[in-house]
Amino acid sequence: MNGVAVHLNDLRRTFGAVHALDGLDLHIEPGELIALLGPSGCGKTTALRILAGLEDADGGRVLVGGKDITGLPANRRDMGMVFQAYSLFPHLTALENVQFGLKLRKRAGGDRAAAMLDLVGISAHAARYPHQLSGGQQQRVALARALAIEPQVLLLDEPLSALDAKVRVQLRDEIRRIQTEVGTTTLFVTHDQEEALAVADRVGVMRSGRLEQLAAPAEVYLRPASAFVADFVGLSNRLPGRLDGDEVVVLGTRLPLVQRAARGPEVTALVRPESVGVVPDPDGDARVLSTAFLGPTSRVTVELGASVVVAQVSGELLAELAVGTPVRLALRPVPVTLEA
Amino acid sequence: MAGLRARRARRQAAFRWTVLAVMGVFFLLPLAAMVEFTTRGDSGTWSLLVDWPQLSETYPDLADGIVASLSQASLTALLMLVLLVPTAIWVRLRLPGLRPLVEFICLLPLTIPAIVLVVGLAPVYAWVNYFLGGSSLTLTFAYTILVLPYAYRAIDAGLSAIDVKTLAEAARGLGANWFTVMARVVLPNIRSAVLSAAFLTVALVLGEFTIASLLNRTNLQVAINFLGKSSATMSVAVSLAALILAFVLLLLLSLFGDRRKASR
Repeated sequence: MNGVAVHLNDLRRTFGAVHALDGLDLHIEPGELIALLGPSGCGKTTALRILAGLEDADGGRVLVGGKDITGLPANRRDMGMVFQAYSLFPHLTALENVQFGLKLRKRAGGDRAAAMLDLVGISAHAARYPHQLSGGQQQRVALARALAIEPQVLLLDEPLSALDAKVRVQLRDEIRRIQTEVGTTTLFVTHDQEEALAVADRVGVMRSGRLEQLAAPAEVYLRPASAFVADFVGLSNRLPGRLDGDEVVVLGTRLPLVQRAARGPEVTALVRPESVGVVPDPDGDARVLSTAFLGPTSRVTVELGASVVVAQVSGELLAELAVGTPVRLALRPVPVTLEA
Repeated sequence: MAGLRARRARRQAAFRWTVLAVMGVFFLLPLAAMVEFTTRGDSGTWSLLVDWPQLSETYPDLADGIVASLSQASLTALLMLVLLVPTAIWVRLRLPGLRPLVEFICLLPLTIPAIVLVVGLAPVYAWVNYFLGGSSLTLTFAYTILVLPYAYRAIDAGLSAIDVKTLAEAARGLGANWFTVMARVVLPNIRSAVLSAAFLTVALVLGEFTIASLLNRTNLQVAINFLGKSSATMSVAVSLAALILAFVLLLLLSLFGDRRKASR
């Protein structure tokens, strides 16, 4: 199956005084998976619902495969959707749920539905009703149901947010595998940055109804286009610095800039915890405030004058960093973003 | 401590059984009296009641009343479902802001006494007579209003138990039009609520007297009232049969309710 291109052009939508979408422009390449990421109320779900036809835009256009579908009702848009809430029809079995869309299209659907359940790894539970399935299994069936109709576009509206952590990671990886396999153009809406970075070809970070940055996951993380993106995607320390040409000097270390800053010499740099090295040093001017063991890595909070700096360290180093230990901070010279 | 608790449990059990016995006697005694009265001597009342040709020959008014009531009950249940189910679903899906208003309107008949309702309905029925004639079946319109509070509550409770919006959106996304959404997705999931609404409607219509009597229509209760003046035994027997029918309907309703709870 080949994917189609999707264009959202200058989409606008207001709810009372709130601008849910404020001229959103988004272009999705055929077969691409784009994750829309942002805080609650940023307009990401509204954008997806407008693309699905479940919400009307106040302005702008929706084009799928070059065809303007802005005024087309949801049932004629040919899109598969998986919702955040469990949306399987309670009176139908898993297999019947998958067959539902196929029957509406006057296709027998038995084989196709069974194949789809097999694809999502749930064929053993085909005869079960939704209330007999776990949350993860229900979302797998919902995914099979959405894919069974061979949609032009697959829409995933926070499909993993109701699941527990382990199932979420497992299903997230499977969604990526299946999407790559079937090649359907996909829009994935989530507020979980890790989820977005893990599954998407490109991540769109939204704020107040607009795209703040649309780029590959690594680009969004390592070279955030704005302080908002740096702050929202991953943790960032706000450290005072001084501009010097194309670089900024923070804690005595020269750091390159993601974007050239036009502002005055005194600035605030946003530095990732993994770019901060912590070295135990009896003569160090910083002191460990607290530590947190997080499994593969650990987090250390350090007091440096009036600033509080969070650093990511390895598990072994944590043993040497008891609360109150004097330490020295060393920054890695990776590009940083400046706060507006 | 354990002895004190056992004594308290015994006292509570005794109190419960006493209340149950008193209430049982209070409700069952009149029914037992009705049974005794209708079976006194060799009246043959009950055998006549189950022999329809004989009954309609002996008591034609009663037979008319029974037919009228059963027809009114079926038509009212049908009209109520046709009006209320799509409205309730539509309000939930597309006009959630109107829900309090619809609920208020539907509950209104509960607060208006039947006699007051008749005063308002009389001029309306003058027009109904003019256009549709004076058939007892025209009471269906008044009864549909009368059963709204009960039917609305039942259907609304059924809709509250499922996520109508998400299910409808999922079906729409799969290509279903609005009719398919209602018929194949929402209705099968509120089936027991719809049945409850229908049962309540039938029970209510079978027991209605005031509106039918004051609007000069016939139904079972009006027929029983007339019959009471000529054949007390038969009128009591029919009352008892109607009571048992309503009781069976309510029993079925509670069974459906239990099954719904158990299936969750």
